[in-house]
Amino acid sequence: MAKILIKGGRVISPAQDLDDICDVLIDKGKVAAIGKGLEAQGAEVIDADGKIVTPGLVDIHVHLRDPGLEYKEDIASGTLSAVTGGFTSIACMPNTKPVNDNLSVTNYILNKVKQEGHCRVFPIASISKGLQGESMTEMGELKEAGVYGVSDDGKPVGNAQLMRRAMEYAKPFGLTIVTHAEDLELVGSGVMNEGPVATELGLKGIPWVAEDAATAREIMLAEFTGARLHVAHVSTKGSIDLVRQAKQRGVNVTCEATPHHFTLTDEAVRGYKTNAKMNPPLRSAADREAVRQGIADGTVDAIATDHAPHHIDEKNVEFNLAMNGVVGLETALPLTLRLVEEGLIDLPQAVALMTSGPAAAIGIPAGQLAEGGVADVTVIDATCEWTVDAQQLVSKSKNTPFDGWTMKGAALCTIVGGKIVYQK
Amino acid sequence: MSFKHKHILGIEQMSSEDIETILDTADAFKEINSRDIKKVPTLRGKTIINAFFEASTRTRLSFEIAGKRLSADTVNISGSTSSVVKGETLEDTARNIEAMAPDIIVIRHGHSGAPHYLAERVGCSIVNAGDGAHEHPSQALLDMMTMREHKSRIEGLEVAIIGDITHSRVVRSNIYCLSKMGANVRLCGPGTMLPPGIEQLGNVKVHSDMREAIKNVDVVMMLRIQMERQSNIMLPSLREYARFYGLNPANVNLAKPDAIVMHPGPMNRGVEISSVVADGVQNVILDQVENGVAVRMALLYLVSGVESMQTS
Repeated sequence: MAKILIKGGRVISPAQDLDDICDVLIDKGKVAAIGKGLEAQGAEVIDADGKIVTPGLVDIHVHLRDPGLEYKEDIASGTLSAVTGGFTSIACMPNTKPVNDNLSVTNYILNKVKQEGHCRVFPIASISKGLQGESMTEMGELKEAGVYGVSDDGKPVGNAQLMRRAMEYAKPFGLTIVTHAEDLELVGSGVMNEGPVATELGLKGIPWVAEDAATAREIMLAEFTGARLHVAHVSTKGSIDLVRQAKQRGVNVTCEATPHHFTLTDEAVRGYKTNAKMNPPLRSAADREAVRQGIADGTVDAIATDHAPHHIDEKNVEFNLAMNGVVGLETALPLTLRLVEEGLIDLPQAVALMTSGPAAAIGIPAGQLAEGGVADVTVIDATCEWTVDAQQLVSKSKNTPFDGWTMKGAALCTIVGGKIVYQK
Repeated sequence: MSFKHKHILGIEQMSSEDIETILDTADAFKEINSRDIKKVPTLRGKTIINAFFEASTRTRLSFEIAGKRLSADTVNISGSTSSVVKGETLEDTARNIEAMAPDIIVIRHGHSGAPHYLAERVGCSIVNAGDGAHEHPSQALLDMMTMREHKSRIEGLEVAIIGDITHSRVVRSNIYCLSKMGANVRLCGPGTMLPPGIEQLGNVKVHSDMREAIKNVDVVMMLRIQMERQSNIMLPSLREYARFYGLNPANVNLAKPDAIVMHPGPMNRGVEISSVVADGVQNVILDQVENGVAVRMALLYLVSGVESMQTS
């Protein structure tokens, strides 16, 4: 494998407390050296002058749809979409067909990633068998196979007793419980955020209390059991407050926010736009502001996309009938950089939210840039402007609410294990 | 003619001038309905499809009669006989209908936004005959016509609308229409049926006590309590509903002595309205139905682009 020398970039690795203009030398899949004025004979040189060099970006919330739903996305297309967006490690959710609730599905995913994947993939297995919310998966064996977290994402565990036992069981294996916190009884048949916009559009609402009540339960169960809890896609002011308070009293909890929740509000649904339909739904301006404040003050540990590809036929229908979810891998970086541009966070914070933060949240070995460590690196141009064209997305699915938006910032080069897997 | 809309998707998009134009046109068409020969050639050669994906008797009949009295060819399809039950998408259904070259599709659909969805995808005019809990523009317009007939104005009227506000498309269209025409709307209903932000849609005040809501109003509009849609989580019983949110001889007197009583139908007698009131001197419920035909004639004519009403 050829040597790569990334010259003159602003190298930021929050996990290493590194933020300096310097060079990064990659050799044999590892980071051979980080320093000023590095030279290397025969190395491929990437001129990073004026650019940002970070650990490979990490997204811990991706739906790869493989196995079973390959018409939406598969491991090849999903990981290609990831590296196009600058990601080198992603965690994929278990709501595939069949559900990733056992060793054979986990192994299928890991084997297919070896054959066709463009980046590292960390499968998240389900908490309950078949996502049925009734009995636990074989978490011990799944952990041995390479699973770091378990989640019934998209179909939250309603039964508090099962959640308690899952937390107790997962804890000695060091597994993170990733919760999709929603009380489905309170969600009812809602299709968007409950509030004035839903009232005006005549659409059934999903109240914020559906999320907050569930978040409160999960935090209390984590406090009770001592389990490692990660709250996925926090979208409400109440849930941000609950996580903030829990952290203050020492509960072992982390949380993530999605670019669509910190960028958009339920106003985006107007016109019955099905690409603004997701779960949890886009919320009010006050909720969005609370999520942004949570990002600024460190309550939010990670930015995660909840990349949820759906076929055009599943979105080109009446709003009530449309599937929930949006693709996000290729727009997450510029949307996060907007937070820097707006002065909400600084650049090292943004990098932490997309590297070391998410990696630590579910305990995966990623998000670091250190001499001797694996050479997963992203070179970012934070200033280039481009326009989102849904049809040009690398993902198989085109369901983005940001079609036509002007973005600032993109991955120039994505390196996984010392190999350039994407170059703009 | 100043009417510029190709589609009638809702009252929200209309100006007060648009509403006046529709009401004036409806006034002119109304006389046809009392003739011996109830037919004018206005829309001769035009094809109107009444696509009712949700059950309806009154509205469908009203649109069909309106089309026929204007000499259009009207064809009805309903949810139970349509291709929807065979799994066809709404877009494909619409494209197939469109391939047969109708001039107007009148659509009733259970999903909010379905007429807007069609309007973006087909070339002919779309008339919303009720979409989910969103809008029911022709109902609000026939309500305006009826109020204008009885009160000779709409501006300044105090109008109370009582019932299931959350699930009512009639309410939303009426709030827009009344507010644009300068009336004041008072709403009242059970706490489970008052959606957040409803007061932001227009000149609206929400009341928790029905007696307060109807005090000294010019118009009391009772909404149908949709018994088929209610789970027992929303209401303890119809008996209790009738007691706190029903219009009866005891509370109707709180309104102005000359107040009119309206109901979009179908009524649940003894629930939201007692028979004494429903059949009483103040009721204008059948006037609403009668005006419905005239208003729908006006809507079909105005979106058709035909230049002359040809009423004589």
